[in-house]
Amino acid sequence: MSSAEPAITPELVASHGLKPDEYDRILKLIGREPSFTELGIFSAMWNEHCSYKSSKIWLKTLPVTGPKVIQGPGENAGVVDIGDGDAVVFKMESHNHPSFIEPYQGAATGVGGILRDVFTMGARPVAALNALRFGAPDHPRTRHLVSGVVAGVGGYGNSFGVPTVGGLVGFHPRYDGNILVNAMAVGLAKADAIFYAKATGVGLPVVYLGSKTGRDGIHGATMASAEFDEASEEKRPTVQVGDPFAEKLLLEACLELMASGSVVAIQDMGAAGLTCSAVEMGAKGDLGIRLDLETVPVRETGMTAYEMMLSESQERMLMVLHPEKEDVARAIFTKWGLDFAVVGHTTDDLRFKVFLNGELKADLPIKELGDQAPEYDRPHVETPKAAEIVASSVAAPLDTREALMALVGSPELSSRRWVWEQYDHIILGETVQKPGGDAAVVRVEGGPKGLALTADVTPRYCEADPFEGGKQAVAEAWRNLTAVGAKPLAVTDNLNFGNPEKPEIMGQLVGCIKGIGEACRALDFPVVSGNVSLYNETQGRAILPTPTIGAVGLLDDVAKSATIAIKREGEAVIVIGDAKGWIGRSCWLWLVAGREEGAPPPVDLSVEKRNGDFVRSMISAGVATAVHDVSDGGLAVAVAEMALAGRIGARLYAPPAGATPHGWWFGEDQARYVVTTSEQNAATVIDAAAQAGITATRIGTTGGDRLIPGEEAPILLDELREAHEGWFPRYMAGPAVDA
Amino acid sequence: MKAAVLVFPGSNRERDVAKALTRATGHAPAMVWHAETSLPEGTDLVVLPGGFSYGDYLRCGAIAARAPVMDAVRAHAERGGLALGICNGFQILVESGLLPGILTRNKDLRFICKSQHLKVERADTAFTRTYAEGQIIEVCCAHGEGNYFADPETLERLEGEGRVAFRYCAADGSLGGTANANGSVNDIAGIYSEKLNVLGMMPHPENLVDAAVGGTDGLALFSGLAKAA
Repeated sequence: MSSAEPAITPELVASHGLKPDEYDRILKLIGREPSFTELGIFSAMWNEHCSYKSSKIWLKTLPVTGPKVIQGPGENAGVVDIGDGDAVVFKMESHNHPSFIEPYQGAATGVGGILRDVFTMGARPVAALNALRFGAPDHPRTRHLVSGVVAGVGGYGNSFGVPTVGGLVGFHPRYDGNILVNAMAVGLAKADAIFYAKATGVGLPVVYLGSKTGRDGIHGATMASAEFDEASEEKRPTVQVGDPFAEKLLLEACLELMASGSVVAIQDMGAAGLTCSAVEMGAKGDLGIRLDLETVPVRETGMTAYEMMLSESQERMLMVLHPEKEDVARAIFTKWGLDFAVVGHTTDDLRFKVFLNGELKADLPIKELGDQAPEYDRPHVETPKAAEIVASSVAAPLDTREALMALVGSPELSSRRWVWEQYDHIILGETVQKPGGDAAVVRVEGGPKGLALTADVTPRYCEADPFEGGKQAVAEAWRNLTAVGAKPLAVTDNLNFGNPEKPEIMGQLVGCIKGIGEACRALDFPVVSGNVSLYNETQGRAILPTPTIGAVGLLDDVAKSATIAIKREGEAVIVIGDAKGWIGRSCWLWLVAGREEGAPPPVDLSVEKRNGDFVRSMISAGVATAVHDVSDGGLAVAVAEMALAGRIGARLYAPPAGATPHGWWFGEDQARYVVTTSEQNAATVIDAAAQAGITATRIGTTGGDRLIPGEEAPILLDELREAHEGWFPRYMAGPAVDA
Repeated sequence: MKAAVLVFPGSNRERDVAKALTRATGHAPAMVWHAETSLPEGTDLVVLPGGFSYGDYLRCGAIAARAPVMDAVRAHAERGGLALGICNGFQILVESGLLPGILTRNKDLRFICKSQHLKVERADTAFTRTYAEGQIIEVCCAHGEGNYFADPETLERLEGEGRVAFRYCAADGSLGGTANANGSVNDIAGIYSEKLNVLGMMPHPENLVDAAVGGTDGLALFSGLAKAA
């Protein structure tokens, strides 16, 4: 092999993110010193981002099957049957590190990557969501990151032409040095026309499609598998540049190609580009792959094999095609103005061979590149349990009115309109419920059925108790879908954590996965796809454990979906579910009392299921006129959001005797919903709940232009709205600070 | 009514427009690829849909205005045929010289997607015959470069000749202020050509054709066109 390449030294090995024992494993596996190109290939395949080496043994404990599951984890995206021959295809994936370094392009290519995952399976993307976590609002860099990430998410999705219908934005100082950008895409396909990465057949052409390969993004996946330090800024050149126009062309060309019957296997080039896609197609199909790199379309001259194999240039695909359809395929790609090149073929020797101008640059066992990647059972310690904080033990610094105003106008709970108005959320003309509710609702073309979509997690709960927090993230997503009337179908998880080599961080990961597994089993809510992002640490400080849960539900008739808006005056306001006024780790304790302490609210999964099923039946019976789940900020914030959405106020009863007011109004007890119903239906609802063993409590009546919390001072909706809508635009209009 | 929808490689609302036309006319429009040099025989209406024609990394619509199919669109318009450009389609019509003025970046430099009220300026054109003059309709916006600008002379002509089709307004019909989110001069949301046979507009009537999805105020425009020929 070429002598012009750098010598393999321990330093070179270390700079590829490979540990000495991992390098020893390589030596044993191939029986010789690897070439420079081979070292690059190993570093690409064996990094945390691509190999899941720290998380794999725990991910295996998650429930991944169910009667409706067509494809679980391990493919580009999960696939679930939604009846009538239709399938929903979805996945969430992080693009955290690139977005911190270069927010616009990092976020944009995160969206591009996940869209590609979905249409690689043969689905047309119909919705996008995202979960964004930024540092403290007063951190000098935060405004710049928010502005860039939101513009990047919008810039890509808007041009590609997919509605961005939901998501979340959170702020916490623990994300100061490591923001999170988790992007989710949802597509629709025919259940009998799903495409997979698994190649079949020897001697078939391996075809490269899409944009040309450049030197951008080399080692992106390796960067995503290391902690940040002050020098991370210098990694800006490893962030890829997105071209949504090229992606749109790739989408249309791929769907046309799939419809033509030409495709045997398909894999998008995401992290670790050509390397990862070629290895996966071969390994999954028990085939070898030979690549001849001089045939790869490039946009720069003089690229080495190493550079081509590690480039993360965007908007590229690899396919195995039926040889007799090559001309059909070429014509389709030429029509769309995209590159089309046969770059290799499948072989029967289970080797991954890479040639450049006839010179052998890499010759590796293909199965072992993927299957025999290191897998670690890393030491982990359980997070110590925090004590429960009783509401009555905490003095309230503000009265109810002031506390509610502070919460609805806080960085955490204020309206995200400034964000989602930059996302085209109406394109395709099927958005029944836009951002701002519990879950987005997107009709399946032709109707009446539709999908409910959400992304959620409460990191401060996960920090306090990873197991309960993991359960809560799943329960919250399930509740969001239920609150619009949908039957929850399945989950995609995006696990964002710090450095897994630290036992306490590994303990958070293990705890959250166990909690997610328990909740998914109890709620018949399998995990069908996901992504793990570790090493979210800067200078030794980890992010809050953030296992984002993306979830999809099914509505038989979108016309029957419930919204959070109060519809009429004079209706009964009822809370479904029990409460003891759980104040530990609540938004009130954090934002009003200034304490991030205590145990998070426990989640009783059987109660969760019972209460949710009851609410869903109320919605399908047309009894509930508005529904909102109770989460961050508790009862008072939930009712305030319902009043603001419907522009109708409510008079609420005073807290029951014995209840601590801030526990009653702001406690975050789980498995609860606020529903409104007509006065004549109120008693029936409460009786029906009692018969099902569910607590349903009348808490007031809708009407007027203000919210009246018991005996306390009323709050005009106009004032409430100004506080709620005002924070984000005011914050973003603040002075630019260049960090 | 025989309609044709142009498809540039980066168009992304061509399917939305086709759905709206199908709903209004009872049959699907012809989809015409940008590389074609003619429109289907007997085309009454050609629609330039929203999107990012060729990526629009340069001036929006500037490359599309020079696409092969645009010569056919110009000839169609000169013959008095109807043409409707929505969003990116409006940008392309302006760049092709079929409509005057220019669309620049929104005044806040951000993409805006929101529900938007419009005032229908006149109800005697092929596009607005099913509306009433002065009617307030609710459609939606989704654009980054919809800030309409023209020099004073051109504006005077547009206003004097009754060629402003729609203006941004509040729910009560009042003009100015926050109702005009992109900063367009004279609150202009859409304009006609001299012969009133070409309409360019930034908001999306094609996404408001269904009561289950936001409302039907946009459907009337397509129903009116369905009766036009």
